[in-house]
Amino acid sequence: MYDFAYHKPTNLADAAKLLADPDAKAVSGGHTLIPALKHRLNKPSALVDLSGIAEMKGIRREGNAIVIGALTRHVEVANSAEVKAAIPALAYMASHIGDVQVRNRGTIGGSVSNNDPAADYPAAVLGLGATIHTNKRKIAADDFFQGMFTTALAADEILVAVEFPIPEKAGYAKMKNPASRYVMAGVFISKGAGGVRVAVNGAGPCVFRQADMEKALAANWSANAVAGIAQSADGMNSDIHGSAEYRAHLVGVMAKRAMAAAG
Amino acid sequence: MPQVTLTVNGQTHTAEVEGRTLLVELLRDKLRMTGTHVGCDTSQCGACVVHVNGESVKSCTTLAVMCNGANISTIEGLAAADGTLHVMQEAFREYHALQCGFCTPGMVMSAIDLVNKHPNGLTEQQIREGLEGNLCRCTGYHNIVKAIAAAAEVMQGKRSEMARAAD
Repeated sequence: MYDFAYHKPTNLADAAKLLADPDAKAVSGGHTLIPALKHRLNKPSALVDLSGIAEMKGIRREGNAIVIGALTRHVEVANSAEVKAAIPALAYMASHIGDVQVRNRGTIGGSVSNNDPAADYPAAVLGLGATIHTNKRKIAADDFFQGMFTTALAADEILVAVEFPIPEKAGYAKMKNPASRYVMAGVFISKGAGGVRVAVNGAGPCVFRQADMEKALAANWSANAVAGIAQSADGMNSDIHGSAEYRAHLVGVMAKRAMAAAG
Repeated sequence: MPQVTLTVNGQTHTAEVEGRTLLVELLRDKLRMTGTHVGCDTSQCGACVVHVNGESVKSCTTLAVMCNGANISTIEGLAAADGTLHVMQEAFREYHALQCGFCTPGMVMSAIDLVNKHPNGLTEQQIREGLEGNLCRCTGYHNIVKAIAAAAEVMQGKRSEMARAAD
């Protein structure tokens, strides 16, 4: 790891000023960034530790939505009575990220703003049609995830919270890598005011919506409705853990399991 | 260089570190507490697990500067001053829950956090899931699971002393 300066601002305005340096990086739990730094994939001039910023913390219900502060750790979402009551699929997803120790440090803001293709949270954000709150604006999930490790966030823009509309029904299922438990292929399905949404993570270079499945489920909300829909293997990820064809097949299997979980 | 002050096993330490210094490097290289191990150095194996403010974390994926003011517990802090082992350590011995022993400090620290988080008892399934972040390449996990189940009963007051392992 290359060395860097370390800053711990206590409010968003100071953090944004520090992040105006294009070589500075934001950190909260560090469970994505620190491994990347160890590989020298990044050489930041400074790390800006956001963990002291009170306005980025906490889980609250606002009308028909659950708003989760960016610094909220996976273990807190998994154990939150509010999340479990309103969006149990989201609490379930958070409780299956990585392992206990990863969930004790990793945060929703870090996971969403990093947009790793094998991360869990992007599927929930896109699958529930969430809204990203930053220090500058609000961004719809459909506009936020732009490609592998790429989002709509500007360099000095800070993800402050994620607002999840409460669905009527939602379910998530993933096939995890057996050693590291990241997502090989996952599907998050929801039905709510915004219609039916089906988001696929892990299988492709970036989380995406599966339009054929959404159409089928809008007409017939049942696991059988997605059973006959084949996901194309074009553009799917392929590595020693699974070929593109295997991952495409898993999308169908995970969609059925997510529907079984959604009920 | 940034300075950090933290409490490790009840003792306060102040040390100069670099921004990039990992918590495990501070513990092992600066404070000379080498009970915490570095296995994979990629956040997978869990040999480096310590408790930060009562929660298990991977100290190879935690920056020392981010632990300023924190309360850290390591494997060195478990046994009593007279050498009496912690119940979890005793259970690992009784149930032969280790072979080479490299993963053991992390296993024990994860196991104690797991028991603390489940005050009403633990099923075998919960123990196995709770150990997902700890890899052991020797034992096949069976005896580790048995040891944790036995220690949990003592730690949670369901038994006054540990059930002996079957011969």
